[in-house]
Amino acid sequence: MTDAATEPDKVTGPTPDNALRAADKEDSGPVLAADGTPLKRSLNRALRAQKIRALMLIAPLLIFVLVSFIAPIGDMLFRSVENQIVRDTLPRTVAALADYDAASGELPRDEVFEAAYYDVFFAAERKEHTRLGSRLNYEKTGASSLFRKSGRGIDDIGEVYLDQFEDLDENWDEARPWAELMGDPDWIAAQDAWNGNGSMPEFELRSDISDILPRTAETYEIFARFMQTEEGDSPLEEEPWSVVHTALYQDLAEGDVSGYTGPRADMLQAADALVASADFQTIAFRDGFEEIDEDWVAPEIWQTIKTYSPAYTSGYFLNSIDMQKTAEGPALRDEDERIYGLLFQRTMFMSLVITLSCILLGYPISYLLSNLPASKANLLMILVLLPFWTSLLVRTSAWKVMLQQQGVINDTLVWLGLVADDARLTMINNQFGTIVAMTHILLPFMILPMYSVMSTIPPSYVRAAKSLGATNWTTFWRVYFPQSVPGIGAGSILVFILSIGYYITPEIVGGTSGIFISNRIAYHISSSLNWGLAAALGSILLVVVLVLYWAYDKIVGIDNVKLGG
Amino acid sequence: MKLSKTLLATSALTVAAAGAYAAGHGMADSMTLVSWGGAYQASQQNAYVEPYIAMNEGVSATWDESSAEAVAKLRAMNEAGNITWDLVDVVAADAIRLCDEGLAMEIDHDELLAPAPDGTDASDDFGDLIVSDCYIPQIVYSTTFGYRTDMVPEGVEPPSDICSVFDLETYPGKRALEKRPINNMEWALLCDGVAKADVYDVLETDEGQDQALAKLDTIKDQVIWWNAGADTPQLLADGEVFMGSTYNGRLFSAIVEQGQPIGMMWDAQVFDLDGWIIPTGLPEDRLARVKDFVRFATDTQRLADQAKYISYGPARASSAPLVSTHAELGIEMAPHMPTDPNNAANTFLYNYEFWADYRDDIDAKFQAWLAQ
Repeated sequence: MTDAATEPDKVTGPTPDNALRAADKEDSGPVLAADGTPLKRSLNRALRAQKIRALMLIAPLLIFVLVSFIAPIGDMLFRSVENQIVRDTLPRTVAALADYDAASGELPRDEVFEAAYYDVFFAAERKEHTRLGSRLNYEKTGASSLFRKSGRGIDDIGEVYLDQFEDLDENWDEARPWAELMGDPDWIAAQDAWNGNGSMPEFELRSDISDILPRTAETYEIFARFMQTEEGDSPLEEEPWSVVHTALYQDLAEGDVSGYTGPRADMLQAADALVASADFQTIAFRDGFEEIDEDWVAPEIWQTIKTYSPAYTSGYFLNSIDMQKTAEGPALRDEDERIYGLLFQRTMFMSLVITLSCILLGYPISYLLSNLPASKANLLMILVLLPFWTSLLVRTSAWKVMLQQQGVINDTLVWLGLVADDARLTMINNQFGTIVAMTHILLPFMILPMYSVMSTIPPSYVRAAKSLGATNWTTFWRVYFPQSVPGIGAGSILVFILSIGYYITPEIVGGTSGIFISNRIAYHISSSLNWGLAAALGSILLVVVLVLYWAYDKIVGIDNVKLGG
Repeated sequence: MKLSKTLLATSALTVAAAGAYAAGHGMADSMTLVSWGGAYQASQQNAYVEPYIAMNEGVSATWDESSAEAVAKLRAMNEAGNITWDLVDVVAADAIRLCDEGLAMEIDHDELLAPAPDGTDASDDFGDLIVSDCYIPQIVYSTTFGYRTDMVPEGVEPPSDICSVFDLETYPGKRALEKRPINNMEWALLCDGVAKADVYDVLETDEGQDQALAKLDTIKDQVIWWNAGADTPQLLADGEVFMGSTYNGRLFSAIVEQGQPIGMMWDAQVFDLDGWIIPTGLPEDRLARVKDFVRFATDTQRLADQAKYISYGPARASSAPLVSTHAELGIEMAPHMPTDPNNAANTFLYNYEFWADYRDDIDAKFQAWLAQ
């Protein structure tokens, strides 16, 4: 296969490689170039310059491929393990769940409910709770509506406190008094002076308020910053969320504000007295969640959150091999939910069958093409290429017309009396239909490499074999066929790799038994939106292809693949 | 990744800047509308896009026939930070998901949409059909069965009961069903003795799901599963199947416009909605244009006009009395509407919330069952 002219040691005379070799062998002092530098270094420099120039030439293509091909694929594959949404949306809950034993089957501590209250509240304001619900719904049925419902109902907990504080003093549901209580005086002045142009002065907490009312300060700051950046509203004019009142209640119940003398001290101390009084109503976070939905007081949702709290998860990969992450570790799915193993096997098997039928059909055609006179071969070549110029959908739909029960083939067979009218053959919406249609569509990818290899086999070899007394079969099998193997190899790799990723044709003619794993990938990308699972399935498919390619290289040798003369 | 994001962001900015410059007076002068293609998109073009363009000189509308993949594509656009669509036509379930994902804009229906001619607020006029805060319903359609009238066995009444789908003895022949659990599971349970009110309660349980699949199992080898709404009319026209489910408008055009020997079996038709959502993150000038258009396109008269071109019921209560005759054939449209009292004797309401929760779970089971 290798051209003799490129093998260095067979070339006599000065080439850069040979000169380097010669320089290495030299025992006595380095050979010097004309300018006095050692020849080796000077040559290396010249070669390096050449290499850089070559690299510069291909740089546009390289960058294009990196940016438009490798990077998006890498990004997509990364999604198969990425799972930051849970910890980004529920940071406090994830932290509080750290010591929760998901396998215990018990409810988590009350602190977890408290953390979840704040998390869900903020997520609902940012409209991120439903997105998390959709994510968790892939693992736990019902999470989607649970989070949607909670986004609507989470206000009820805070309103218990809001209403009581408001009954005590109207100012507790006003924007300005809250801002004076929590905000830095300089910031309030700056915000007052702000005339609507440019960006708002960023909210600052008053210096000591965090010590007296830690939770309230934290939640109010989140509220104020959110109003400024997301809504573009001034916190001086917006009443705080009810979550701030919940935080205030918690702070007042635990801390001591009697020494507070800052702005609105009277208002705060009156509220403190109210919280201390016997008839102040409270609601436990757990009860509040139970009122929203009873699923919150069942352990399953907490187990799911706990199981999926790490930033990276093997969950998608487990799902794509018919397993699932449970509190006790990975486990096989129920038998009636297993599908991906079957589909992977089927995809491999059918791709193999399609590749083999392409070889069987393509080999004689390529042989004919390469042995006919040029004028006739060109005409045949156009016939081979013609399907390439027809839309894939048209070709697939044409097979539908041909193969269906009231279709051309069945009609002909009935007319010939070969099959009875009430026993027409089922040739579509099954594996057979997929194999026929895909073999037809992929055939040119087999014929073209085979043809280009066969057309370089010198006819003199065959004539020589025959003149030495070989039979037609021996000539073909011992002389011609071995030389055509690289074409078969190249065609098979092309057809096999194309067919395991095919999905349009199986979708249209495959029915239920003729669909591929790629149909499920397409479903998860465009319909269920479970991109993580689609990415995991895609990664597995990619790895399988690479493994097969590697095995092919080991068994047949990739040097034996030729796409052209 | 960073590089490609920067590139995308830069190009998005350039496009946005160019758009803002072209608008001049606050409204962009072009819109990209997303719909389903075919007769449905044509009805939208005729009923409201053309009148709107005639009223607003210099405005142009481009169609993108991507509604089937709208959720995935909008999510991808959102991640790339470059929303190229202005108004997207989706079914209700997709609208709920887009709203959940924060990809569709929440709207105030009374403020954005025109009131009915008698002054009723838009939210009352649309009523329960506003299934999501992001959704502007246009039409009510139904998924129902059609059958070949010439393939009904002799001496047998044509099918008029949903359970004839499962009755292979009386009505032999193949069936076309959609390749997804939604609707099929409900019909199977209805015909397996479950009362209509209990269907979703039963379907919540593993036993209920098994029961529905077992019922479907009785006809499994006689079913051709379809993916696109056009499949069933084609299969019926070719005589490949005896009966099949699809959208009522598709059957209408096969029967009335193409004269195929197909009959409608309205029993247990499942109502669903189609309507607009506005993507989040539109620049101000484009948003202003879209709001202006959508207010016009969903007023009482425009929705009634749409029914001239396709047999889907207008989503506004006030539009129903204005529904007139087919634009070309001149026939009365009202009797072909899924909401007509004669057709709606026994209807089934699609439960959006149930399917939002159970879709992934039941779909996994359904696909595993299919593949067996």
